[in-house]
Amino acid sequence: MSILNDRMYTKSHEWVQFLEDNKARIGLTDYAQDSLGGLVFVNLPEEGDDVTKEVSFGDVESVKAVSDIFSPVSGTVCAINEELMDSPERINDDPYGVWLIEVKNISEKTELLSADEYEKYLKEEA
Amino acid sequence: MSLIFEKSKDGRALSLLPSLDVPKVELDDQVIRKKELKLPQLAEIDIGRHYTELVKKVHGVNCGFYPLGSCTMKYNPRVNEEMAALPGFTNIHPLQEEDTVQGCMKVLDLANQYLCEITGMDNMTFQPAAGAHGEFTGLLLIKAYHKSRKDLKRTKIIVPDSAHGTNPASATMAGFEVVSVKSGDDGCVDIERLKEVVGEDTAGLMLTNPNTVGLFEKDILKITEIIHNAGGLVYYDGANLNAIMGHVRPGDMGFDIVHLNLHKTFSTPHGGGGPGSGPVGCKSFLEQFLPGYLITRKNDKLTFKKPESSIGMIKSFYGNFLVVVRALTYILMLGSEGIKKAALNAVLNANYMKKMLSDEYDMAFDGLCMHEFVMSLEKLHKEHGVSAMDVAKALLDNGMHPPTMYFPLIVHEALMIEPTETESKETLDQAVDIFKQIYQTALTDAQKLHDAPVNTPVGRLDELGAARNPKLRYIFE
Repeated sequence: MSILNDRMYTKSHEWVQFLEDNKARIGLTDYAQDSLGGLVFVNLPEEGDDVTKEVSFGDVESVKAVSDIFSPVSGTVCAINEELMDSPERINDDPYGVWLIEVKNISEKTELLSADEYEKYLKEEA
Repeated sequence: MSLIFEKSKDGRALSLLPSLDVPKVELDDQVIRKKELKLPQLAEIDIGRHYTELVKKVHGVNCGFYPLGSCTMKYNPRVNEEMAALPGFTNIHPLQEEDTVQGCMKVLDLANQYLCEITGMDNMTFQPAAGAHGEFTGLLLIKAYHKSRKDLKRTKIIVPDSAHGTNPASATMAGFEVVSVKSGDDGCVDIERLKEVVGEDTAGLMLTNPNTVGLFEKDILKITEIIHNAGGLVYYDGANLNAIMGHVRPGDMGFDIVHLNLHKTFSTPHGGGGPGSGPVGCKSFLEQFLPGYLITRKNDKLTFKKPESSIGMIKSFYGNFLVVVRALTYILMLGSEGIKKAALNAVLNANYMKKMLSDEYDMAFDGLCMHEFVMSLEKLHKEHGVSAMDVAKALLDNGMHPPTMYFPLIVHEALMIEPTETESKETLDQAVDIFKQIYQTALTDAQKLHDAPVNTPVGRLDELGAARNPKLRYIFE
């Protein structure tokens, strides 16, 4: 299971990568895509919607189940990854290369884990 | 095997239709199809063989054990079918004069009385065609109730994170915002967390009891009180009524609205497209909002009446009437004692299987269960790479339908088993043996389980491909 050092993680298995101008990109971890299995549908918010930390902003559907995606930050959605609408399997192929949404005007963050801490958390959890 | 369209040959035919016994009517040009309908053309013998071949390839309750959790795949007694086939029930039209269908109306009236008695409700609609349709209807009742009181700030429906997926879906469809509450470690509603999310915006709570992990919500009176004190209503998802029917009533637990799945609890056909029936019952203060037509007594006759503030029709006419005939037959055949015993046996069978399997398999929750139980194959998956899916597929090889998989979501690698009351001890023992053998295979030859099923008409299907690129209709050349 791969974990990258260039971003932060949540206990609900999202990753967040902070960019310039108080923006961030959010995606799903390798562990998340692996436990969900092959994804068939992704439901994302629209540009301009507000997201709140620890509150669901969308969901992903696999052949097993539908699961909520929780936001690591509070802010406003400034971009969504349109290609996922037609090819949700991109998340399975490249979980860290494929982001779901980009958020701007970040006002709050949930408790985030470093790569090392996330790895440790996965070991304890799993 | 080839599809019926592929077997079609131009000019082949059979004559099953009776001759026309009503005056012929010419249709308006506007409604007549321009292109001829491409119906398959086959001789009777070829049609017979086609469907017999299909029957051989499926697994139903008549073929073997079918312990699909939360679905209550109980046996459907043949007498139900005999009653539903009576010409007095089948040769009627929904627009017939009330005077000429008093018997059929009596069926709806009696079913209403008995089901209200079992659930502790005051009135019921039979319009909803299935469980989720019933949920949607129930939520519209909650909406209509708050609206009638001009209490427009109530926009949120609370559901536990172990809820049936249809609960949040129905609430969203009905225009509510869904608030999910995390369950406690015991698999039940966490009272403290529930208290945190209720408020002036609470429209209601949706709950199954016994809940989706097969446990009775011991704090149910406290739960319904918390919601009522906050000004919300409480909705009972009837999927798991089988465990408690005749013993405790949702109405007495504080629920205001219930839906029933006649195709689960009351032994009407289930799966394969039904048709199902998801009647919705409510307490008297909500009666005025019920959809469709309700039966009332006027002098000595039964008559249909639309409730004064009805939310409107949610299905044509009176719902799936013949399904109600089957359910009423079941209730009358069992009687009040039989209904109680059915629930007891359902709970006994589930506990027996749970106990017999607990040496090998990890149970998600300890102690006594109700009509179903959940196992977690997380350890087996981690240590031997065998998933719940692998075990499910291996069960197919042994002539048994798998339990519900990967639900509820709060249990990892879940298998949820509901034997139902109609299975004998011999059947349960046989199923337990199969489960134990599969467990041993998992320890010694995991690959064999990854390859399962091998004894079925088709092997492991490409579920991902089917979900991503569904082929939903036949494309003619």
